[in-house]
Amino acid sequence: MQLAWLIPVFPLIAFLILLFFGRLLQEKSAYVGIAALALSFIYSVLALFERVGGETYTYVFEWMTFGETSLTMGYEVTALNAMMLIVVTVVSLLVHVFSREYMHEDHRIHVFYSYLGLFSFSMLGLVLAPNILQLFIFWELVGLCSFLLVGFWYFKPEAASAAKKAFLTTRIGDVGLLIGLVLLFNEVGSFAYADIYAAVENGMVEQPMVTAIALLVFLGAVGKSAQFPLHVWLPDAMEGPTPVSALIHAATMVAAGVYLVGVMYPVFLASETALTVVAYTGAITAFFAATMALVMTDIKRVLAYSTISQLGFMILALGTAGYVAGLFHLMTHAFFKALLFLGAGSVIVAVHHRQDISVMGGLWSKMKITSVTFLIGALAIAGIFPLAGFWSKEEILASALLNGNGFLFGLALVTAFMTAFYMFRLFFKTFTGDYRGAHDDEDEADGHGEDDHHGEPHENTGFMTMPLVVLAVLAVTAGFVNLPFIGYPLEGFLTAGLNLGDQPHGELWLAFLSLAVAAGGILLAWAMYYKGSISEDFFAAKAPAVHKLLLNKYYLDELYTAVFVKPTVAVGRFFWEMDKGIVDGMVNLIGRFTSTSGRTFGKTHNGQLQTYGVVSVLGGIVVIAIAFVLRGYFG
Amino acid sequence: MTVPISYFLVLAAVLFCIGLYGVLTRRHLVIVLASIELMLNSVNINLVAFSAIGPYADITGQVFSLFVITVAAAEAAVGLAILIALYRNRDSIDVIKHDLLGTDKEKSVSTLQ
Repeated sequence: MQLAWLIPVFPLIAFLILLFFGRLLQEKSAYVGIAALALSFIYSVLALFERVGGETYTYVFEWMTFGETSLTMGYEVTALNAMMLIVVTVVSLLVHVFSREYMHEDHRIHVFYSYLGLFSFSMLGLVLAPNILQLFIFWELVGLCSFLLVGFWYFKPEAASAAKKAFLTTRIGDVGLLIGLVLLFNEVGSFAYADIYAAVENGMVEQPMVTAIALLVFLGAVGKSAQFPLHVWLPDAMEGPTPVSALIHAATMVAAGVYLVGVMYPVFLASETALTVVAYTGAITAFFAATMALVMTDIKRVLAYSTISQLGFMILALGTAGYVAGLFHLMTHAFFKALLFLGAGSVIVAVHHRQDISVMGGLWSKMKITSVTFLIGALAIAGIFPLAGFWSKEEILASALLNGNGFLFGLALVTAFMTAFYMFRLFFKTFTGDYRGAHDDEDEADGHGEDDHHGEPHENTGFMTMPLVVLAVLAVTAGFVNLPFIGYPLEGFLTAGLNLGDQPHGELWLAFLSLAVAAGGILLAWAMYYKGSISEDFFAAKAPAVHKLLLNKYYLDELYTAVFVKPTVAVGRFFWEMDKGIVDGMVNLIGRFTSTSGRTFGKTHNGQLQTYGVVSVLGGIVVIAIAFVLRGYFG
Repeated sequence: MTVPISYFLVLAAVLFCIGLYGVLTRRHLVIVLASIELMLNSVNINLVAFSAIGPYADITGQVFSLFVITVAAAEAAVGLAILIALYRNRDSIDVIKHDLLGTDKEKSVSTLQ
């Protein structure tokens, strides 16, 4: 564990190498990134094994001192971040491998890999941080990297504006987090987690203050983890390359928000109000995002809304004292969501870079590995026994039921049903039926390399299928680390040494209920999109207004544009005009006056002696006339 | 009998204005010089007139006008010499063509030819 600091350093080295020599390496850049992440992964595994058998390891050194306070930097291997290290390095490594094939036609592949390296470095640094100030530094780096990667194809206007949107929206949360940090430091006098936990548990911080701090910190998580009402950036972030989406949605960026709540959990536990806000935000986000996922036709957007929805689940669990449930779901979700996104990437490559599920279909027989692994991912996220999603979702439902109330539990249950439904809508439309994209290949290929192999979709090479298989295995097995039959090992590991109260566990009937709900959703999707016994437009025709509302994402983008963006732009334009018209105008006026008068009087300077003579005579006359008038000679 | 001083002054003023007009309008440098002589002479008339019948009549005015005539002669000589030098160098004694001090250098150069 003493060497844990190396874990983020490997991707950083890869980033630096690619920064300086990327141009020379070109496609070989991929191997630099893969090697760095593989090393990080090995060290993470070693760190986890050591942590399981040992104690939390902390190393800090003094960073700067002013007056009597000093700030420290360092790293720490706790139970929570040992788990996170594994999740981040596994997903990131597989994304690196997958991108080797996905991005190989892009001539900026070395830039892509250097960003990926920086992204992994930031997230790993965030996870290892022993104090919240260091976390904040890496938190911002993560935001920066996601900005760079979402806008990787910056020449597409949608990608550029999506990157901007992601950056600005998360920035709102970051401001909250920063204010929370300042308040926290003011109260506790230290940024270190251990000091914060101790101060909060001893009641050193007064009640309203704890609530304020918890809510401000939560605002940061809301922005980063795309919770309602700051979720709008995540679907647009789909403009980035698909492996990036997998990385953002599974291991980095959005996971950071949930991790932040996890790591600051004692502060949240100390405030009843904050927990309630967290729980309701999570439940509402889960529900709304799921409803929007029902109607989307872009394969990546469906997955994006499902991510928001699942993040809502995690936040809901954390808000209802289900500490382990939330973080457990964070881990299992990372695996199956990465699997689904990489599967979607594989599909997108196969159908010539199109993302609309209405032009897919019938891929089951054409790409076996992708189809099977995608099915596993879909089953996992729907929560089918015994896949990973089943175990973690069941625990979330348990905590919503036992520590929350009927409303939260109801929302969660309905969301679980919708999750199963939209995932299998996606699955059936993509992989079953007939291939609907054969005709207009030329029209829609998005100019991403002219040598795209046209014609029938077919399975991709090993670089793309290997990560899918690995993730599929993880999506099946990841849930077993917290099996009820063997005494919830993950829970014991995560809660050891922390005073987090009892973790809620559901009874057997809840498991069956959750399974039944998931199965119901799948069955409905099967009836509508495979069997065809219910028309696909059945609900759209029944409630066209609702359908339209969902298709337009509750008009939230429009609302934000009208309420926030337009006025901001208007204020900016006002000041710009003011600057241009008044400030610049004054300076320009002086300049123009000087140059114009110079030019005008310059014209009289024509070298004609007699003109000068006339002017001086006229001047003399004027002087004399003035003198006469002043002396009263003219009466 | 005495002629009123205003007669002399009006004559001098008329002569001065004719001279000034000549200086400012004629293009021929010799005429310009001659016009300057005219202006000097109009001043001389004033001096002599005040010397004879001014309120403080004495010899000073006449002496002064003698100085003016002397200086005018010298000035005419120097002026004509410059005029000849100019003509030798620029092949012209047209006032309009000598505008080297003007801002418009292109035009000045073109007038050299």
